Amino acid sequence: MAICLTVRRSNYLFSTQWGDPMAWRDVVFQYDGTFEGFLCCVFESYVHKEFPIAFCGDEDCCSLYEVRFITTETEKWKRVYNSITSRSKAAGDIVRRCFFTCLPDKEQHLYAFIRKLYDEGPSFIRNPADEVYHPIAKALRHMNGELEKLRGFVRFSDYSGVLGAEIEPKNRVLPLLRYHFCARYASESFFIYDRTHKELLVYAKGHSRIMQVDSLQLALPGDEELHFRMLWRRFFNAISIEERHNPRCQNTFLPKRYRGTMTEFLPQEECGHSSIPPSIDAALPNCGAQGGIPAPVIHQESAPSAAG
Amino acid sequence: MDIAQKLSILTDAAKYDAACTSSGVRRASRPGMIGNTTSSIAGCCHSFSADGRCITLLKVLMSNACCYDCAYCVNRRSNDTPRASFTPRELAELTIEFYRRNYIEGLFLSSGVLRSPDYTTEQMIAALRMLRQEYRFNGYIHAKAIPGTSPELVHQLGLLADRLSVNIELPSQQGLQTLAPDKTKEAILRPMGQIRDTVRENKRELVKYKHAPSFAPAGQSTQLIVGATADSDRHILHLTESLYGKYRLKRVFYSAYVPVVESSLLPSLDTKPPLLREHRLYQADWLLRFYGFRAQELLDEDHPDFNPYLDPKAHWALGHLEEFPVDILTADIETLLRVPGIGPVSAKRIVSARRSTYIRFEDLQKLGVVMKRAQFFITCGGRMRPGLQFSSATLLQQLEAVERGDLPHSEAQQLSLFDAVG
Repeated sequence: MAICLTVRRSNYLFSTQWGDPMAWRDVVFQYDGTFEGFLCCVFESYVHKEFPIAFCGDEDCCSLYEVRFITTETEKWKRVYNSITSRSKAAGDIVRRCFFTCLPDKEQHLYAFIRKLYDEGPSFIRNPADEVYHPIAKALRHMNGELEKLRGFVRFSDYSGVLGAEIEPKNRVLPLLRYHFCARYASESFFIYDRTHKELLVYAKGHSRIMQVDSLQLALPGDEELHFRMLWRRFFNAISIEERHNPRCQNTFLPKRYRGTMTEFLPQEECGHSSIPPSIDAALPNCGAQGGIPAPVIHQESAPSAAG
Repeated sequence: MDIAQKLSILTDAAKYDAACTSSGVRRASRPGMIGNTTSSIAGCCHSFSADGRCITLLKVLMSNACCYDCAYCVNRRSNDTPRASFTPRELAELTIEFYRRNYIEGLFLSSGVLRSPDYTTEQMIAALRMLRQEYRFNGYIHAKAIPGTSPELVHQLGLLADRLSVNIELPSQQGLQTLAPDKTKEAILRPMGQIRDTVRENKRELVKYKHAPSFAPAGQSTQLIVGATADSDRHILHLTESLYGKYRLKRVFYSAYVPVVESSLLPSLDTKPPLLREHRLYQADWLLRFYGFRAQELLDEDHPDFNPYLDPKAHWALGHLEEFPVDILTADIETLLRVPGIGPVSAKRIVSARRSTYIRFEDLQKLGVVMKRAQFFITCGGRMRPGLQFSSATLLQQLEAVERGDLPHSEAQQLSLFDAVG
């Protein structure tokens, strides 16, 4: 449930050239949370001269402002997207990618961005310090950093031939990681589960799909899997030079939030030493730690965000 | 001996090698093969060990049963340490299984000298061939060319690996003679020259024949040990520059000497590795490769070493105050790159931003400029940053104070009231 009482507008929107802001009505846009849906909001905003005071997702939207419900129509979003890319290809890319970031109020930042693009043309994109573009550029940098790290930090486990991994990113990175992992493991079958956004990327035989999955139960790892996890931990510990010990440097490059899904940082017993007898193995609770990777914690109270 | 023990021993023996990058080559995945090398231009780090170094490749020795007796090396034959060797199949299986789980980007294969350089290289070739041909591995491979190997074997190795490297280890011939009596300067430089020539020739062949086999497409690199001998920073930097120029190296790595063996010729066992010095050398190396500096500009005969408490660029700027301040709005990109606190990325952003708008001091931070360093050296539209107070006499202290926050505690300096100012 989103309650929209506060008003947050980018300064640019107050400041300017596009006439008397009073001629535009303030409304709350309710849409399906998709990128296409957002572009339709932009379309309707211009058609009805309505200013999006806030955006909210598919859930109940309770606000003192008028709520406009937007349906996603292919014709409309294509028209908006084409109008953006025809002004600047880079701008189209920025808008599309920024929609995957975890920037708070990203719809509003993007709305201001698109508006400035229509009003002034794309030259302001050259300046990353620009008032409207800067928060977006910063969010993109943050996401690119996360992508770069995750390409290396994703840890697969072999579940009888199928590779599986879980991640906990801040940004919605799966659609952007898709190309990299599908190219690298072209001859394998694999899945990556995003715990934060409850999304699953599945790939097999040249085809990949991204779908919403509320929770994921992983099977117990086999002996061979445990063996290679043990070898990897051995390697990880042996490669470090004791005289150069530098945890501060390690934390900088490998922030602790990534370690919850990385084999080498999980506690020893979870990583399956052969010393655990099979009977205990089987008795492990279903909801808890399976195969060294803790099951996702599901917060019942949190409804999906507007971003979806 | 089981595979886990072997892995521990041979990793432990390989850890002093600094090179662990997967950069320099983009190869798409091929049908029927495992992997690619397209992750990004700068390579891809898969983890970071407790010493803060990146783990990109499975870095192991083929064997640590070395017949040489280099004084600085942990694998010297007179050292009492457990010995082990991988069989080609063990190594190939380990690489493939680690790669499938996304633990690594590829393999880094080095080796102690087993019997003779030629025999060792043959073993390495057998392992790499099995990995490439039988296991169809298409990921990154970095292989060491052992000094003294015959040219035909180096050639075969280069056809299997993406990058080759020959370690110089000791930056001067004199050091080499005293500490590594089995190696000679010629034995090290010959394969380097051969690799350079073959890579060049191979580039030409690839233009003519699309499917010509590629030889070390990611070029070659080397490593220098810092702190085992008495060589100055200036000597090391000049050597580096000539290696980049003459031998077309992609990277030169520096490795702070960690005392591993007791020897009258070496620093004693309780010496700490000169990590700060190594860091300064890496910074200077970047200045050579990305900032358009020359080694002779950075250090001269009167100042053969860097000030460890100051980064090399600030060190240079302090000696050349006549070139500053630089105006952000008008300076060309080469001049901007020489300002402490401005790097290639922020310089590019400044040049791009000022085409569409008037840059103010407040914007510089958003453009990625490190203002606490840059502020002393720049003006914006002819004016210095408001409220900034300094003189050429206090500048050194102010810059050192900026740096102090970034240094580890043991390296930080106690301030003194009585130090000569400036």
